[in-house]
Amino acid sequence: MSTVTLKKVCKTFGEGELAVHALKDVDLEIKAGGFLCLSGPSGSGKSTLLNMVGGLDRPTSGEITVADKRIDLMSKSELAEIRLHNIGFIFQAYNLIPVLTARENVEFVMQLQGIPTEERHQKSTNILREVGLEGLEDRKPLELSGGQQQRVAVARALVSEPALILADEPTANLDSTNAENLMNLLRHLNDDHKITFLISTHDKLVMSHARRLLKLHDGQIIDDIQQR
Amino acid sequence: MDPNIAHPQAGTGGGDAYHMMIKTLPLLSALGWRNLWRRPKRTFVILFAITLGVWFMIVSAGMMIGIIEQQVRDMIFNLTGHAQVHHPDYRDDPAIEHSMLLPSKKLQAVLNSAEVKQWSSRVRLPAVVMSERESRGVMLVGIEPLREQGLSFIGEPVVAGRALQSIDDNGIVIGRRMAEKLETQIGKRIVVMAQDKHGEVADRGFRIVGLYQAELEATETGYIFTGLSTAQKLLGMSEISEISLITENRDEIDSLVARLSAAEPQLATQSWTELEPLMVTALEVYDNFMIIWYLIIFAAMAFGLINTMLMSVFERTREIGLFQALGMRPSFIVIQVMIETLMLLLIGITLGNLAGWFTIDVIFADGIDLTQFARGLDAFQMSSIMTFQLEARDIVTINIMVIALGLLASLYPAAKAARYIPIEAITRT
Repeated sequence: MSTVTLKKVCKTFGEGELAVHALKDVDLEIKAGGFLCLSGPSGSGKSTLLNMVGGLDRPTSGEITVADKRIDLMSKSELAEIRLHNIGFIFQAYNLIPVLTARENVEFVMQLQGIPTEERHQKSTNILREVGLEGLEDRKPLELSGGQQQRVAVARALVSEPALILADEPTANLDSTNAENLMNLLRHLNDDHKITFLISTHDKLVMSHARRLLKLHDGQIIDDIQQR
Repeated sequence: MDPNIAHPQAGTGGGDAYHMMIKTLPLLSALGWRNLWRRPKRTFVILFAITLGVWFMIVSAGMMIGIIEQQVRDMIFNLTGHAQVHHPDYRDDPAIEHSMLLPSKKLQAVLNSAEVKQWSSRVRLPAVVMSERESRGVMLVGIEPLREQGLSFIGEPVVAGRALQSIDDNGIVIGRRMAEKLETQIGKRIVVMAQDKHGEVADRGFRIVGLYQAELEATETGYIFTGLSTAQKLLGMSEISEISLITENRDEIDSLVARLSAAEPQLATQSWTELEPLMVTALEVYDNFMIIWYLIIFAAMAFGLINTMLMSVFERTREIGLFQALGMRPSFIVIQVMIETLMLLLIGITLGNLAGWFTIDVIFADGIDLTQFARGLDAFQMSSIMTFQLEARDIVTINIMVIALGLLASLYPAAKAARYIPIEAITRT
């Protein structure tokens, strides 16, 4: 069974002569447990594709199925539910909530899911330990380094064990050591927990970790390479 | 975990959403509270505006209620009482032929019931009073002095001389300002003329034994008082003009009026609201005016509130987009903004209530002395001491109104936040 399926997905920004075709008839099938990288130059449609799969934006045409549900037909509330229970996001700019501590950021999604306090606390403690942030649970984002913030963002995406994690340039703001550590962590989670990863990146290090590498150019998949 | 299957909790049913919202309230509240203090200066400014608005509403309501209540009390104490019993035609023509017999046993039984705090019979008829120098038209009122205590102002101690002591008292008590107009004083004699029972002019000399003081000049120059029997003898009558009474609670007078009417159906029994329709109209106008007044004050407050919440939402566009990306429903975003507004309102209202209480019950506990404007205030039938009065009902009305309208005002920024498209919000710089 596929986790994600895209059929003839198009996304056009603007109209008429000013129209920009960010995605053109993209067909894609991502199996459960996959570890995919989207690569390509800026403007090739990587982030747009990621946003479509995450239900953060709607396609101009075509079908998108996530966990057997047509998300292109869903209302905003239904999309929120799908994202809440099935998809985790790791953003390039970390996007942590500044008024919440590291632990509260990690627990945010679980609170929305209505998970009891004790269970939430247990899970957040474990995941923060797993990403190497033990002892920093009560710090707010501004009191953490860039690498630590990104690890909090990763912990937040992983803690509720979604079927699919979408990561947009996750190593863009990290030094090479932190980037390597992050990729090892993601790969480990993919191996052990069979979480599906879809990562857009320019980073060769990230690409080297991918099992499947998709190359995009002008809104189309021009290459689909199976790696290790 | 089976990554291929959508999470079973992913239902979007109304019941689910409600339960999820309840479970999420602590998170939304924590976010709301912390967001308030991200920009403390802005929060303090809008809190000041809300506090000032609520304070102003409470103080202006206290002042208006104080003025109106004072007028109602003066009116009731000014011989009106909470209810009166008359001959059916007396109100239209207060002439001697429209007098009535002394209360029957049936009527007395109701008048002496526990509901009635005090009652008294009176002769009240038009007359002319003359001194050596002046004459004026007045109402001659024959009273039962002991029964008037607590019922009307004439039961209070007089300011000069002595009060009437019995229904046979031959002395006369006039208003302080009436004495000035008649250019007379205590101990001097005045002549009272009125039409007697037979349509003849009856007159008699009275010695002034006391001067009374009333809130209004119109009262002091409008009424002269003697004993009930003395007045009846002067007018050759054994009847009375009216029975006046007061109860423990003026707002629950209707059932008593019904019982009095049932006891003596041939007489007219009227409550103070029927006796003083102008005052009732004034009270209704006041109620409506206060609502409009509150709305005007609130409107000024609402602009600040909407502006603050819009700024707050605008500054957090990325964050709100992130909330949506992480799975927060648009309706929860609306609730989160509204909780934030509610917190602002509750703090502002609490401070406003405290400031209002301090102003009314501490600073102006004894009212504001406007004696220097007494003559002008008299024209509006207002007391020269302006007292503040506030009832729990009015405070609750103000608080509920501010909260309800405040939340309503927050709907616009809240709905704006919920309408963001996640990816546009997250990528906004």
